[in-house]
Amino acid sequence: MLENKDYKVIGTRPIRHDGVDKVTGRALYGADFQAAGLLHGRVLRSPHAHARIISIDTSRAEALPGVKGVVTAKDLPDPGDKIADLGEGAVNLKYLCDNILASDKALYKGHAVAAVAATNPHIAEEACTRIDVTYEVLPPVLEVRQAMEPDAPLLHDHIRTTSLGETAEEPSNVASHIQHKLGDPEKGFAEADVIIEREFVTGTVHQGYIEPHNATAHYNQDGQLTIWCSTQGAFTVREQVAEILQYPISKIKVVPMEIGGGFGGKISVYIKPVAALLAKKTGKPVKVLMNRADVFEGTGPTPASFIRVKMGATHEGKITAAEGYLAFEAGAYPGSPVGPGAMCIFAPYNIENVIIDGYDVVVNKPKTAPYRAPGAPNAAFGSETVVDELAEKLGIDPLEIRLLNAAKAGDRRADGPIHPRIGCIETVEAAKAHPHYTAPNGKKHHGRGVASGYWFNIGLESSVTINVNSDGTINLIEGSTDIGGTRASIAMQAAEVLGIPAESVNPSVVDTDSVGYTAVTGGSRTTYATGYAAYEAAQDVKQQLIARAAKLWEVDEANVQFADGEFSSINGKEEQISFRDLCGRLGETGGPVVGSGTVNPGGAGGAYATHVVDVAVDAETGKVDILRYTAVQDAGKAIHPSYVEGQIQGGAVQGIGWALNEEYIYNAEGEMTNASFLDYRMPTCLDLPMIDAVIVEVPNPGHPYGVRGVGEVPIVPPMAAIANAIYDAIGVRMTELPMSPDRLLKAMGKI
Amino acid sequence: MRDFSYIAATTIPEAVALLDEKGESARILAGGTDLIVQVREARRDVDWMIDIKSIPEVNALDYNATTGLVLGAAVECYKIYADDAICDAYPGLIDATKIIGGTAIQGRAGVGGNLCNASPAADGIPPLIVLNASCVIAGPNGEREVPVEDFCTAPGQTVLEKGEMLVSMKIPVPASNSSSYYLRFIPRNEMDIAVVGAGASVTLDAAKETIVSARIALAAVAPTPLFAEEASALLAGQEVSDEAIDAAAEAAQAIARPISDMRGTAEQRTHLVGVLTRRALNGAIQRVREAA
Repeated sequence: MLENKDYKVIGTRPIRHDGVDKVTGRALYGADFQAAGLLHGRVLRSPHAHARIISIDTSRAEALPGVKGVVTAKDLPDPGDKIADLGEGAVNLKYLCDNILASDKALYKGHAVAAVAATNPHIAEEACTRIDVTYEVLPPVLEVRQAMEPDAPLLHDHIRTTSLGETAEEPSNVASHIQHKLGDPEKGFAEADVIIEREFVTGTVHQGYIEPHNATAHYNQDGQLTIWCSTQGAFTVREQVAEILQYPISKIKVVPMEIGGGFGGKISVYIKPVAALLAKKTGKPVKVLMNRADVFEGTGPTPASFIRVKMGATHEGKITAAEGYLAFEAGAYPGSPVGPGAMCIFAPYNIENVIIDGYDVVVNKPKTAPYRAPGAPNAAFGSETVVDELAEKLGIDPLEIRLLNAAKAGDRRADGPIHPRIGCIETVEAAKAHPHYTAPNGKKHHGRGVASGYWFNIGLESSVTINVNSDGTINLIEGSTDIGGTRASIAMQAAEVLGIPAESVNPSVVDTDSVGYTAVTGGSRTTYATGYAAYEAAQDVKQQLIARAAKLWEVDEANVQFADGEFSSINGKEEQISFRDLCGRLGETGGPVVGSGTVNPGGAGGAYATHVVDVAVDAETGKVDILRYTAVQDAGKAIHPSYVEGQIQGGAVQGIGWALNEEYIYNAEGEMTNASFLDYRMPTCLDLPMIDAVIVEVPNPGHPYGVRGVGEVPIVPPMAAIANAIYDAIGVRMTELPMSPDRLLKAMGKI
Repeated sequence: MRDFSYIAATTIPEAVALLDEKGESARILAGGTDLIVQVREARRDVDWMIDIKSIPEVNALDYNATTGLVLGAAVECYKIYADDAICDAYPGLIDATKIIGGTAIQGRAGVGGNLCNASPAADGIPPLIVLNASCVIAGPNGEREVPVEDFCTAPGQTVLEKGEMLVSMKIPVPASNSSSYYLRFIPRNEMDIAVVGAGASVTLDAAKETIVSARIALAAVAPTPLFAEEASALLAGQEVSDEAIDAAAEAAQAIARPISDMRGTAEQRTHLVGVLTRRALNGAIQRVREAA
């Protein structure tokens, strides 16, 4: 299949199936949900970053006319000591429950402590102000290095650092320490002619999805719980809610509404179990909506981090050793993405001697959540800046040093796996050959920078059902939330198998009762794994239709072939029937045809990206403008190139925001002072050039069409690429994110 | 959001009587781009919203080359920059009206509301100060006029007494060989509040070489927008030169007393006062020189 480049549907750019409804405002999102007797829920959040909850008195709120129910952590079942298995990793159930509604301690400003259901949202809001919570305010710890200090305030009395299999005796904010080692780093550094060691700090940043979280829950008379919500994975909502409420998954149905962005931030549940608690207490459907401040303060951003990188190279440019130290803020509960950060940090290179240490550290900030290639951007900001400095010191072109050391099939990543066929070299070569890289760029305070990035991508379970219609179209039933055009990219893979146009596929994302288990839209897995399931389901349909044609012609199935949308008989009879016509004859040949495909593929190919960026620095104000941006990426095979380009552009833009202005700004009390889109400064269209997305295709041998995940790796290179461009422009190495105007002024010695 | 009552006044006396009667619990609604957000986010308690948009005087937009501009308190930004004569006469004011909020906000928000909201970072106020504007205030005891630089008294606070309202702003006719300029620093290119704002107006001699007079005003570096009186005075009689402009910029920096917050640090703001004052002065001078 890999050799067949002669695709009819794959690689074309049909209009997405969900496009018209979205651009005309007809698509239904969670906040649009309506039902008879609907109540409105609001959440009361902690005003303190760190406080013991002494008491919660809800009586004044309950007495307010229109209030139908108030819930606190007491309404949750006792989580005990259980470890919840949520498919993507084991989680201490108490952490999961406490993050939904704080029981003993509020661990960040915005931590939910109670919730109200009332006949309208205004009453619910007013009722929240009448819940009397007595706090014992504790000193907060807001930065990873401070949290690691032995005398730092402790968030949890029972966390003891697990380090390489050992558990410490004293409690600590350091939940765990991991290490990856390859070769002999000491020997490697001894062989180096040049060694660079630098420290980096990155800020807390949010995914910034445009649609706030929402959930409506309702219990039927028979105890069946239904939740309508915005999520990246209906099945993970079902699992998490089942664990938190200790309720059987068979009694929970999750209906995914249309989603207004997620980027990883809509995998963890926040208000969904709360809506269920309120629905149970009131006996009515309850809709809970967040506002933007709730989203910033009460949901998971991606962590701030402290990173130290040391790399050594010979005069010829061969990197002989690398050392990485990554300390990540987990937020209020353990579970930062320091693991993926450690997996990705040196992955664009084949380095014989590597040591990587990672620390997962709790601080008084919201529990972090995945965000596009979680952990890898933080790590790459450090490593790719150091590679740039190595190239400079050695007088080697920065893309050339990347080519000299590029990872390729057969090389070992520091955390163990051997690379299969990967496109690292190809993306660097494409960047080098791009006209952008050689365009003149000599103006004063203008600069150019490059950086590479890696993300491993994941597989996991997906299910697809195809119902064949009598008019030659198919209904494709899937369980993958469509965030970035995956209805189209999944439908196209089925269409390719069946020789029909993409428009003849009607894809539907359905609830958890209506399709087989499907893991979250995350890890850049959807076009890869759910696309794979669609391919399998379409193959199933094809085989069944071959059987029907054989029956029709009274020949052996082996004598029916299918090509270009036509079934024909071989060996004897001159019979032919189109896909469409055969679909019209299913009744007479045995009844409806339903195909299914289920996968849990292990061959998600890793993705590489190399970005080139030009900046202009206003040396008087410290403001950085992005003048030109080229993002090269290996997509394996771009099923729908427009949506691959969209992912590349979106990732690059979010990286630009992370690089230049986005960060949670805290005061000494641990309050976020910029919890709005006005002051949490994401780039607007006036801050961006057109991002030139360049797709490289090095097919993934682990997928029938060679697909690699594309959604995450484009956010990995931008921070370092921009830092390197700023250095080229003004001769200053920026080591702290964001590289905001005040930090540039400081670095330039202007203030 | 709590319930509130809405009432549309149709005359100045009616609005004044309502304000006088309701006192602190009443607030004037013009564009509403600040007020409605504040009420919705529970940052301001309002029992009465008094809509003044039906009152003729607050909708005045009268420019006359001999008497100057009467700018009604509720006139939306888009109407101001749609008027070519006003654009020619007061380019510094136009700079501000085009960057307050975005296009949609400019369809509702006005300079009068910007003034009454009394944000230290208001983009609309420094241009009014450098253009020598005054505020026409109506109240239970009749009308009074206050120079714009004296209107704001603290963040969110103004000289308006109980029962008083802003009716309009009066801006004198610009002198010949004069122009104005306003700019702000924001880390992005739109959708932001000034980290620092600076406005300047200059009048040059006939040869356009010597500064006859100048006015400089600053935003977001003190509890209220500032008239940089001393810095302005330094320029009078000076030949246009980098040295003269640098000296004025330094004098402007000297009166800035900024805070550090999520939008910028105090030292960054003090530094930017210098940069923006220079840019505002040079911008105004260039406009004079480019004019026919």
